[in-house]
Parts: sequence; structure tokens; C-alpha cells
Amino acid sequence: MRLKRNTKEFIIKSILLFCALSSLVFLGGIIIVLFTQGVPIFGQIGFAKFLFGTGWYPTHEFPEFGILSMIYGSFIITFGALIFAAPLGILTALYIAELAPFWLKETLKPIIELLAGIPSVVYGLFGALLVAPFVQRLFGLPVGLTAFSAAIVLGIMILPTVTSIVEDALSSIPNEYREASLAIGATKWETMTRITLPAAASGISTALILSIGRAIGETMAILMVAGGSPRIDFSLFKPVRAMTSTIAAEMAETVMGSIHYHALFGVAIVLFIMTLAFNLIAERISYRFHKRFTATR
Amino acid sequence: MKKMLLIGLLLSVCVFAQQLTIQGSTTVLPIAQATAEAFMDDNPAADITVRGGGSGTGIAALIDRSTDIASSSRPMKTKEIAKARENGVNPVANIIAMDGIAVIVNKGNAISQISAEDLKKIYVGEIKRWDQLGGGGTIVIISRDAASGTFEAFNELALHGAKLTDAALMLASNLEVARTVAQTPGAIGYVGLGYVSDDIKALKVDGILPSPETINNGTYALARPIFMYTDGKPKGLAGKYFDFVFSKTGQEIVEETGFVPVK
Repeated sequence: MRLKRNTKEFIIKSILLFCALSSLVFLGGIIIVLFTQGVPIFGQIGFAKFLFGTGWYPTHEFPEFGILSMIYGSFIITFGALIFAAPLGILTALYIAELAPFWLKETLKPIIELLAGIPSVVYGLFGALLVAPFVQRLFGLPVGLTAFSAAIVLGIMILPTVTSIVEDALSSIPNEYREASLAIGATKWETMTRITLPAAASGISTALILSIGRAIGETMAILMVAGGSPRIDFSLFKPVRAMTSTIAAEMAETVMGSIHYHALFGVAIVLFIMTLAFNLIAERISYRFHKRFTATR
Repeated sequence: MKKMLLIGLLLSVCVFAQQLTIQGSTTVLPIAQATAEAFMDDNPAADITVRGGGSGTGIAALIDRSTDIASSSRPMKTKEIAKARENGVNPVANIIAMDGIAVIVNKGNAISQISAEDLKKIYVGEIKRWDQLGGGGTIVIISRDAASGTFEAFNELALHGAKLTDAALMLASNLEVARTVAQTPGAIGYVGLGYVSDDIKALKVDGILPSPETINNGTYALARPIFMYTDGKPKGLAGKYFDFVFSKTGQEIVEETGFVPVK
């Protein structure tokens, strides 16, 4: 009987271990595919020429594979989105965590989470049919499909991430902080801005960096709203091309094993390393944040 | 028992023989789908699978024998033909329809015609304002994605291989190009003739408006044949399918889907 029980235990443990390790296997598989398919482009074009080249003419008779304009495109959209979503998200989280009555808090939170559940292509349609024409008219632009329109759509998309992580960070600040502040005569506003928010600073940074990682990987909505010109204008009001949209738009029509195919995987490698970096930084900051508060408790 | 097995085997061979795969250009997809459906209605035993993926993908599939018919909005490249021969595939071009690339502008645009030379100058970035052509305002240049068959055809027919300006918006479908031109006053774009609607204005190119007549008689500059490549001359089910496509009903379907019949 006893042996049987141990065997059963062992089997269950093994199954659970296998499940836990499966994500590692998947990640490993993705990395292997990315690098085996993408590295050839660095050999064929040269790493610097690929990364810092400005011409993207993948199907031309004399093709060029420079992705600098797309790195620029991804970043300007992402930071535009952050400028839009960061204040809105942080203030929303502040209200939910510090001020909102219980019933409102419980209504607002799921509604914000709901924003995260809307498919990307729906955001894309919303952006292309509503936001872009509106932006075009508002600023008198020649065309509405611009980095600005994409940044607004993306900002709405990352709002739930910013809000929920900031809200978590604020909620994890020990109540003693607030009580001590109020006890020495500070108002609620002073307590929020001078005590709670600074104390949650690293949690807020984590939220923002994770949102950057999420934003840089967004594909469908950007493809539909950003316009897609592979060009560096240093203006929010010009069409731009993101790395993700390029992969999505061109991969389907590319011949497997061609230089264009490898170049798209090369773009994916750059994208992968960037999101990985942002996630590692976020992890590091949030680790420090938790260490600090477990120490003070 | 043995007999039954044999019959079963024969049946499955028959079923297998009645299968046909068409893969390739998204431009050709509407024709392929509509003709395949009509053909299957007449021949219930036939089973035709139609897949998109783009001209390049279809041709690659023909080369490695994973499709029977490769639909393509451009002729096969010399490199592709060589690769096919290497694999023992003998690609035969069947022109099933003609496609005209219409140059479109917003309905509010005063311009109604353009020379092929000016069109090229716009798309390589030499002409930036409509004022230079008798209109007004900044030109918003709209193109299809560099990997699409329509882009490749335009690149060849209108740009003659010159590089597209990096200021051009690169959109993912004919429909998106048409929609963006419709809602952008200064826009110029290009789409398959089938995507021209009342919301946008098609321009005369070198004085000739794209129409079935001008495309088939070769007077309209931006026209191209639509191909379905097969390995050798189409035989068996593929042969029957092509007979249908070239029949009166088949060519009527071609016309209904927005392309120009060849017969």
C-alpha cells in the first residue's frame, strides 16, 4: 500500500514538474528557431548594416535590409503611448487604491481589466476608422495614419497594464506609512503625493517598463494605424513603420529560406532581445521594491 | 474480405485523384475561390482546396510539389524557374485573366489624369505637391506592402524597378489602400481594378482610363496577366478545372470578381 502511495506521489510530482518545465522548453524552442532562421542575415548583410541601415527595400532587385527606421518607429510609438498612458494610468491607480469607495473600486477594476481583453485587431479598426480621421482633422494633417494616432491607440491598450501594476504597488505600501503621515497632521493629498507615491516609485517604474515591453511587441493595431513608412522624421505627426508590423505584413508573402525571410527573423531577434531586456530590468526593480518592504515590516 | 479491401483501396485512390490544391496570390484568391466553388457544384466528386499566402509562396509550393496549381499575379522569376527545373518540376503558365492596376485619388482631387512619367516621379519622391500637377496640397503617397504581388507588379509596370520613396505609406491590403485614399484628400494610391468604387476616383494614365477593353488590348499601361502555374500542361482534374475557368461561365466569374476576362 505504502509503495503504491509513493509511486502515485512520484507520478503526480513528475507530471507537475513536466508542466512547469514545459514553458522553458517552449522558450528554448522559440529561441532556437529565431536564431537559426535569423542569424544568417547578419552574415549576409553585416550586423551593423542591418541594425543601422536606413533603407528597407526587401523585394527590390538590389535589396536593402536596414531596420533603423523601424527601430525608430517602434520606439516613437511606444514612448508616445507611454506619455499618454503613464499619467492617466498612475492617476487612475491612485484614485482606485487611495480614494475610491469599495463599490466603485470593485466596479472600476474589472472594467479596466476588460480593456486588456479586447482583441488587438478591434483596436486597429477603432484606430483606423475613428482615431486616425479625427487626428487628421484636429491637426490639419495630410494623412491621419501617423505615429501619434498609433500612440493613442497603443496608450489605451497598455492602460490596463499600467493601472493594475501601479495599483498593486500602491496597495502593498504598509498602512503604517499613511497613518504616520496623517497622524503628524498631513492632509490626504500630502500623504498621497509625498508619502505613498514616492514609496511606490519602484513599483511604478516596474509598471512602466513592463508596459514598454508590452507596447513594443504590439503588432496588429500598429499595422493598421501607424501608416507604415520606413522613414525617420523625428515627428509624431508622420507615418512610421514598426518592427512588429513589418514582420506581420511581409512574412506571409515571403519565400521560406530567402534572404528577405532571414531578415524578418533578424528583426524578430532584435525585438526579442529588446523585450527581454525590458522584462529583466522590470524584474530587477520589482525585486528590490519587494525586498525593501519585506525588510521594513 | 480481400475484395472489400481492394474496393476500398480503389475508392480511396479515386478520392485521392479527385483532389486539387490551388495556392498563391491573394490577388487571385477571389477568382480561385469562386471558380473552385462553381466547379465543385458541377463536379461533386472533386475536392478543391484554395489557399492564399501570396504569389511567392504559391510558386514555392509548386516547386516543392505541395500544391497542384500556383496562382500568381506576376510571372515566375528566372531564378524560380531554374529552381523548379532542379526539382524536376516543369512550370507551365496559364493566363486565366487580366488585372489592371488602377491609380486612385480622393474624390475631392481636381486632377483626373496623370502621365506615366509623373506617376513614377510621385512614387520615387521627386514630385511632392499636387501644385506641380495642377492640383493643390501635399501628396500623400500610398503603396502596398513590399512583399505583396500588387506592389511587385506596380514596381515593375509603373516604377520600372526604381526605388519607392520611403515617405510612402505601406498598407497591408487593397481594401485598406482604397479606404485610406477615400478618407485622405491629398492621397494617391493604386489597387486592382476590382477595388475601384464610387468612393474614390480612378485616374487616366497617359490619357487612358483603365477598363476591360483598354487592359485586354494593351493600351492601358498598368495591366498585367494573372497566372495559374501547373507542373506540365494541366491534365486530369486540373485539366477539367482549367477547361471550366476558360469556359463562358468561368470567364463570367472572372468578370464578377473584378478582373478582366481573357476569352
